[in-house]
Order: sequence, then C-alpha cells, then structure tokens
Amino acid sequence: MRPAWSIIFFTSISGLGFGLAAWVVLGFIDLVHPQQIFGVGGLVMLLIGAGLLSSTLHLGHPERAWRALSQWRSSWLSREGVLAVLAMLALAGWGWHVFAIGTPPLWANIAAALLMAVTVYATSMIYASLKTVARWHHPLTPICYLMFAAAGGLLAILWLQAFLGQGQSDAFELAVLLALASAWGVKLVWWQIAGANGSGSTLASATGLVGLGEVRSIMPPHTSENYLQHEMGFVIARKHASRLRLVALGLGGGLPCLLVIMDGGSAMGIGLALLLHMAGVFVERWLFFAEAKHTVSIYYGHQH
Amino acid sequence: MTSLPEPSAIKLGLVIDLDICVGCQACVVNCKEWNTSGYGAPLSDSDAYGAQPSGAWLNRVHTFEAGTGADAKVVHFPKSCLHCEDAPCVTVCPTGASFKRSEDGIVLVNEDWCIGCGLCAWSCPYGAREMDPAEGVMKKCTLCVDRIYNENLPSEDQVPACVRTCPTNARHYGDLGDPNSEVSLLVAARSGFDLMPEQNTKPVNKYLPPRPRRAANDTPMSLLAMADEATPSGFWKWVDSTLEKLG
Repeated sequence: MRPAWSIIFFTSISGLGFGLAAWVVLGFIDLVHPQQIFGVGGLVMLLIGAGLLSSTLHLGHPERAWRALSQWRSSWLSREGVLAVLAMLALAGWGWHVFAIGTPPLWANIAAALLMAVTVYATSMIYASLKTVARWHHPLTPICYLMFAAAGGLLAILWLQAFLGQGQSDAFELAVLLALASAWGVKLVWWQIAGANGSGSTLASATGLVGLGEVRSIMPPHTSENYLQHEMGFVIARKHASRLRLVALGLGGGLPCLLVIMDGGSAMGIGLALLLHMAGVFVERWLFFAEAKHTVSIYYGHQH
Repeated sequence: MTSLPEPSAIKLGLVIDLDICVGCQACVVNCKEWNTSGYGAPLSDSDAYGAQPSGAWLNRVHTFEAGTGADAKVVHFPKSCLHCEDAPCVTVCPTGASFKRSEDGIVLVNEDWCIGCGLCAWSCPYGAREMDPAEGVMKKCTLCVDRIYNENLPSEDQVPACVRTCPTNARHYGDLGDPNSEVSLLVAARSGFDLMPEQNTKPVNKYLPPRPRRAANDTPMSLLAMADEATPSGFWKWVDSTLEKLG
C-alpha cells in the first residue's frame, strides 16, 4: 500500500495528541495557572487538529470532508471522524471546567480518557477492518495503535513535567520506560505474526482457474502503471524492510529510553527523546503502509 | 446510507465466459467510450500521449496462463465490478456516496457526495474501483445503468456496453436473482463460479470456466504418421513398386 505522507502524519500526530490528552485529563500533569491550562490545552488541540487537518489533504474533495461524519453506523472512517470531533469538544469542555470551576469529578476524567482511547481505536480500525490487507486485518493492529498513543503520551507528559518544572518521580520515569518497551514489544510481535499467512487468496482462487495447473500472469491489462498499482502495489520498501524496522526501533524505542535513563529529567533531554520517538513512529507508520500487500496485487502476478 | 440494503430479489449482473474470450479488448474500449460521456464525470486520462499514459477504466482484461507444456492454457480474463451482495466498498464509505441499490443490486457511487478518500478501493479485493485522476472521485462499473433502463435506446442496445460490443458473445447480462433466467441457467449448466469466494463478498457476477481440453487420443493423427502408415493400392501401388525397382 502506498504510504501517503498526510496519512502517516495524521495517524502518528493525532495518536500522540489523543494519548497526551488522555493522561492530561487523568491528572498526570498539574494545571494550576491559566497559562498552564491554555498552554497544555493548546498543545493537545494543536497535535490533534494538525493530524485531522492533514488527513483531509489526500482527499480528492477536501471541501466535502464534513460528509464523512454521516455514516458512523457502518464505516470506521466515519466513526473516527465523529469520535475525533466529540473528543475535541470534550477536551474543550474539560479545559473550561478546570479553568472556571476546578478539576472535574473522577468519573468525568475517566470518561474523557476513554473517549480518547476509543478514538485512537477507531483510527486503527479504519485499517484493521480491511480484509483485503492481511497484514492489517489482525487483532494486534489496534493494540499497536493504542500502545503507541499511550507511550507517546506518557513521554510527552514527562517532558511537560520537566518543562513546567514539576517534580518527576522515579516511578513515573519507570512507567514511561515500560510503556515504550511494551509498545515496541507488541510491534515486534505484530511484525512477526500479522498477516504471516497471507490473505487466503491465490491467483487460482482469484481467477477460478483451478485444476489446470499453476496459474501465471502473462500479460497485464495495461502498458503502464494504473491507479490500482500506484495505490496498492507499492513495493519499494520491501527490500529495506528489516533495516527500516531497526531504524524505527532504535529511533522510536532505544534512543528515547536511553535519554530518559541517562539524562536525569532535563526538559531538553526529554524533549529530544520525544522528537526521536516520533521520528521512530513515523518510520514505523511508513512501514505499516509500505509493507502491506493488497489482494489486488495477486491479479498482477505478485505472490501473496 | 452506506449500510447494505436487504438482498434484492432482482440481482442484475454479468456472466463472463472464459472459454471463448479472445482478449480483443473491445469491451474495455466500448466501456470507456460509453462511460466517459454517460453517468457522472468523464473518465479522464493522464499523460495520454506521453511516456506513462494512465487513466480511469472500469473494465480491464488480464491474460493468464495455466498449466505447463503442451497442456498450458491461455485464458483472457475480463475484470470489472462484481456488484457483490456483501459489498465491503459500500459499508466502508464514510459519506454515503458508495451505495447498493435495493431494487436491482447495482453498486454505484454518488459522485456529488464522494470525497475521494479511496477507502472503498482499498476494501475491494478485486481492484474494481479506480480514482478519476482529474475529477478526484471514485469511478466504477455502473452496469451501464444509463443504458439498461434507457427506453430511448433500441431494445438490443439496452444492455451494458461491454456486452453489446463483445464480438465472441463471451459476456452475458441478466438477472442472476431469478433461477430461471438465461444467465442463471447458463451458470448452472457450465458450473459458473465466484472470484475469491474466501473473501465472502458474495459477488453477483459469475465466471464460466474454460471447457476441458480434448484428450490426446481424440486429436487427429499427424500428417507424417499418415504418410508412414499408408499402403498404396491400384495405380499408386504400381507407381510405388516401379520406383522401388529403379533403385
């Protein structure tokens, strides 16, 4: 599948935004002064908003994007849109409550955090629900998205604590390290098992030419690349896949963990760790698309 | 609404005979010709006269070879939307632009609502949908909905363009929901099949398999073998023996 930059940016940045938002509403950062409320709130909204805005860039008709909020009964893409709007409204309401009245009751904070998690789940299900892409159609796909959102969010909280000069506990640092390690751990498992058995479709089942011996494509229907091959027949990444996985793991997991352990909690060090983590997640998300094979490539003679 | 309707009694679709398709591409060209001026925006091309011509087409003919050696079989394989009963391209659509008609099962795109996200093309296992490079909306086979119900056309033209133009009669159009329709009887008689049944899309369109090759002992004797085995008689026997005597 072709890795579109707008979609990679959307899933990584809005994932980080929703993850950070969930930990903020659960009270992992002290918001005392109005500057802190608006600063942290603004950062969260910027991350989520930039991601959502980016997702509309690959559309043929971005001006009609509002129509995507209508089919939540059947479409995960529509559900994602609706939930993202609800999540942003809930965050605005939460921020107003903190500013005007004080910290909302615990049940409201938990509900808001769950709304962030469900939104990230909906993002992942846009891909995980597609039977045509065996690698995505796996129960671990949503877990990966949720884990990266949670781990990125925790790392961002750690950075905010350092940046705002709030005390950091060793236990929280350990939690961040554990979250990063488990997110990449799940990803390593996903790389090994998701879609390992293919889609179950073969050129024989795709053409119905069974009992005649091996089926081969001897002439494509067109002389140069068409939309299907451009969009779903992306093959460039595959030969570098294992190296890129190492790059993703090192940038997104190894180096941030080292920085958190060694730096001792300076805003600069944790900030760098967060940037490296996001760079690793970008590479991971790029591979998520580039490595995925679509059943239509079977018709063009690719093994599946 | 992109939830699927209750399965309709009438299921309009195509039956494609892989035994007699010769891969001439006439259906591909006539499909493009009709649909570039019919339902929705024109079917555009990009770099049409350049080095990398591309464009939106609703019907494509692949060519496959099955088996090896003398038994290898070349099969031309037209592929277009199968108007699936359980169409994943309909339910993934976030806007309601992609829909399946409750009256005859035809799957269509409302191009005024389509945002061009491409998710329906991702969800289709067959590659039946292509984004229009100029219009930014999804294009797909309409089963020539603007021909089959068009009473301004002579009755013989009220069939999909691909069916009308096929010179070998490899394409058939009809109601596959009616077990006694011509197409249903053809499917029953020739053991018609679904493409990728394991994807559980329940395609309406069916394909007919190539007929089995005749067994080796049915094939005519070669001319060389005939010449060796033939024993002359009458005049030719005299010519034969005379020539032998000449040494």
